[in-house]
Amino acid sequence: MKQNSRARVLGRIRQALLDAPPSPEPARDYLTAHTADDEAVILDLLHENLADYRANVHRTTETDLPALVAKLLDRHGAQTIAVPPGLPIAWLSETTARQHHDADSLLTPHELDTTHAVVTSCALAIAETGTIVLDGGPGQGRRALTLVPDLHICVVRAKDQVVGSVPQALPRLDPTRPQTWISGPSATSDIELDRVEGVHGPRRLDVVIVTR
Amino acid sequence: MSGTFIGMPAFPKAAHEAVRDTTLRANLRHATHTIRDKRAVAVAELADWAELREAGKQIKTETLHSLDTYLVQLEEAVTAAGGTVHWAADAAEANQIVTDLVKATGESEVVKVKSMATQEIGLNEHLEAEGIRAYETDLAELIVQLGEDRPSHILVPAIHRNRGEIRDIFTSEMGKWGREAPDDLTDSPVELAEAARLHLREKFLRAKVGISGANFMVAETGTLVVVESEGNGRMCLTLPETLISVVGIEKVVPTWRDLEVFLQTLPRSSTAERMNPYTSTWTGTTDGDGPSAFHLVLLDNGRTDALADEVGRQALRCIRCSACLNVCPVYERAGGHAYGSVYPGPIGAILTPQLRGTTSEVDASLPYASSLCGACYDVCPVAIDIPEVLVHLREKVAGQGGKGHRLEKVAMKAAGWVLDHPGVLAAGERAASKTRALHPRKLPGPGARQWTESRDLPELPAEPFRDWWKKNRT
Amino acid sequence: MRVALFATCVNDALHPSTAVATVRLLERLGVAVDFPAAQTCCGQPQFNTGYRRETEPLVHRMARAFEGYDHVVTPSGSCVAMIRDNYPRIGSKARAEGRGDTLAQASDSLVPRTYELTEFLVDVLGVTDVGAYFPHKVTYHPSCHGLRMLGLGERPRRLLEAVKGLELVELPGAEECCGFGGTFAVKNPDVSTAMGADKIHHSLSTGAEVLCGADNSCLMHLGGMLRRQDAPQRALHLAEILASTEEEPFA
Repeated sequence: MKQNSRARVLGRIRQALLDAPPSPEPARDYLTAHTADDEAVILDLLHENLADYRANVHRTTETDLPALVAKLLDRHGAQTIAVPPGLPIAWLSETTARQHHDADSLLTPHELDTTHAVVTSCALAIAETGTIVLDGGPGQGRRALTLVPDLHICVVRAKDQVVGSVPQALPRLDPTRPQTWISGPSATSDIELDRVEGVHGPRRLDVVIVTR
Repeated sequence: MSGTFIGMPAFPKAAHEAVRDTTLRANLRHATHTIRDKRAVAVAELADWAELREAGKQIKTETLHSLDTYLVQLEEAVTAAGGTVHWAADAAEANQIVTDLVKATGESEVVKVKSMATQEIGLNEHLEAEGIRAYETDLAELIVQLGEDRPSHILVPAIHRNRGEIRDIFTSEMGKWGREAPDDLTDSPVELAEAARLHLREKFLRAKVGISGANFMVAETGTLVVVESEGNGRMCLTLPETLISVVGIEKVVPTWRDLEVFLQTLPRSSTAERMNPYTSTWTGTTDGDGPSAFHLVLLDNGRTDALADEVGRQALRCIRCSACLNVCPVYERAGGHAYGSVYPGPIGAILTPQLRGTTSEVDASLPYASSLCGACYDVCPVAIDIPEVLVHLREKVAGQGGKGHRLEKVAMKAAGWVLDHPGVLAAGERAASKTRALHPRKLPGPGARQWTESRDLPELPAEPFRDWWKKNRT
Repeated sequence: MRVALFATCVNDALHPSTAVATVRLLERLGVAVDFPAAQTCCGQPQFNTGYRRETEPLVHRMARAFEGYDHVVTPSGSCVAMIRDNYPRIGSKARAEGRGDTLAQASDSLVPRTYELTEFLVDVLGVTDVGAYFPHKVTYHPSCHGLRMLGLGERPRRLLEAVKGLELVELPGAEECCGFGGTFAVKNPDVSTAMGADKIHHSLSTGAEVLCGADNSCLMHLGGMLRRQDAPQRALHLAEILASTEEEPFA
């Protein structure tokens, strides 16, 4: 049946398109970015847009990062954290929370469910939309890791991980890697089309921008 | 106006009830006005909205015109990345493919991401009949499923329910499906969302099979994209061992780069956000991350019929944002159920009759379920000229001469003849003016009765304009 | 300048005062007006109900009736939208069906010469103050065809704002359809009436004496509802306000 349906559907498509005129290459007259190419402006915009969708945004330096991570975990009462492979050890050097390392994907969904927080790096952040992108690279882990625990702390490196716009982001991302684009904590508009934060994904998202 | 001699098919009947349901009217008015104002703000933020819209239109048009090529390319890329591609010519085939795949896993339950395609084919009902329980995990879909209701909106299927009604459904029904709602549940949206979180979490954690649709499929890379807000999508796409995605063939886009257009236009059109909270992309399977088996079911189910219509095929550009529903004055008053399809509103009025044909009473009535005000076309992020397609489909329906349309055609032909003979027209106008004192306020008969039920007829003038002209200017 | 008036079938038979007002207004502004008697209807009711082939003789009739005029002016946004948007479609469909080029030619000839009244006043004559006098409180409903298909924008407002004595008040939800929609009004009477009722509700909330529009088909629907309710407001075409002067006030 399978091969048969394939041929049938493709045949119908070809039949349907007999009269279709050839289509030109789509015009792309839209902007590459809506923001000036200025690092400070872009960082401020990222900060503003993340906060607008209820992410908690912090700025710090590489040196002060471990203390800030410890403080944020503490503030949310997180006693256990999931740790993705490749996360710099230093980032967790000051926290006393128990660390569950996800080497070789050992944590089951139920184990993740009882883990309070996850700390990750990211692949990219997009200022105009207030988005962080994870692609499973070092320090980011598999997708479930940043999904099941209720607190996600994501560290963004200002110097080379922030772009202005969606068109600037896509060429820097590898589509063969599974990606998660995150813009604020989980939300829904399903009740009277009004936005409510916090459904199935992490209800708290803390983004730490590390500047020089 | 001549020739208002019309049959009264199914949409008007359903709407007759809906406009009198004051709760429904209030719910829809509140929700659609909230979102339409927010959308306008979100769109106004982008100075290049018109260019993005045009690009989206052109990308989709170009894709549709070479759809066979892109689907074959997509199939190759998905297969190369470890996925399996299935083709389904119709709903029955798609349902059978999915059922067989679920059965092969040995599981008897699945978790589902909100998907228009699986609703269109009635997958849940089919699985239920085969002994497989499908859990809807999107909040609005959950409300619909628990309430044994039907969806009435593309994005927010439970838009016809207000918070109080949702609370009542959760309180009485959740226990029958799993974890009960908390005893002290109020109608606060935050509490309702929390109740859904707790109810569904146990299902996510034990799920072995997930079923989804997709917003986009990238031909060159074999990547699928799901755009969502709550995280239920991520749960279903990530935690199970087997993922089955049922996707309409028109969801393909040629390149990864093309997403730069739609990931800007879709969230702003849909939920009025700069970006939706979560977007997931995956390409086949990835060792150690997510499902180890991935099946893509490519669904035709009438799409190639729409594709064959040179005017109607533009409906296949739709990215299911639902902006057209949210601005539609007819949808706001008739509600989604009146459209008799999982695709309500303006897009439904042009999509459903093309996917299902126009033989049923309701499908034949859909192209007329519009005042042609054009608000839908204005907000459409891929510039589907919905009024143009509606009129085009009316021609098809009128041409098939079904109920009410035979008489209508006679009336139209007669009116056409009169209008092509100005002397006859003038005589008729004069006769009407002369007898105007005799015209009652309410009239019987098709057309006239529907008009005079709620409106006075215009007061007929003493003489038509052409007589005034003759007397005063010649 | 000499122009042809396209009165429209609705105005000819039901609202001649609008066509008379258009003639008086244009003549006052120094424009000579002709009324080619061969004109009848643009074919919109037929076309929008699904009777494209039945519309075709009217396309030919319209093109013939207005042959030789550089400007065809009509006080009806929806009829202009019909000509501008749909005549080309009728022409190209006929061509695609192998029935020749004559409809396309009729369309090509007429479309660029057809003007909605406010377009003609503001864009061609370049006036916004037409010397009118209308001492009443007025709210303006921009009908869908004028608003979205023709993009009339601020033209009607600018004309109204320049009318002496006229107090223009904002109509809430102005951009929303009134629910007329041609045969929609009788094919879907419940929804049509519900939309009309909301429009009337908004319009009455302004306290205006007059609900003004530039399309008598919409006003026929709204006016019919106002009269049914014996509401203290009447529907009136923009042309009749613009034609009114201190010397010759609106009757």
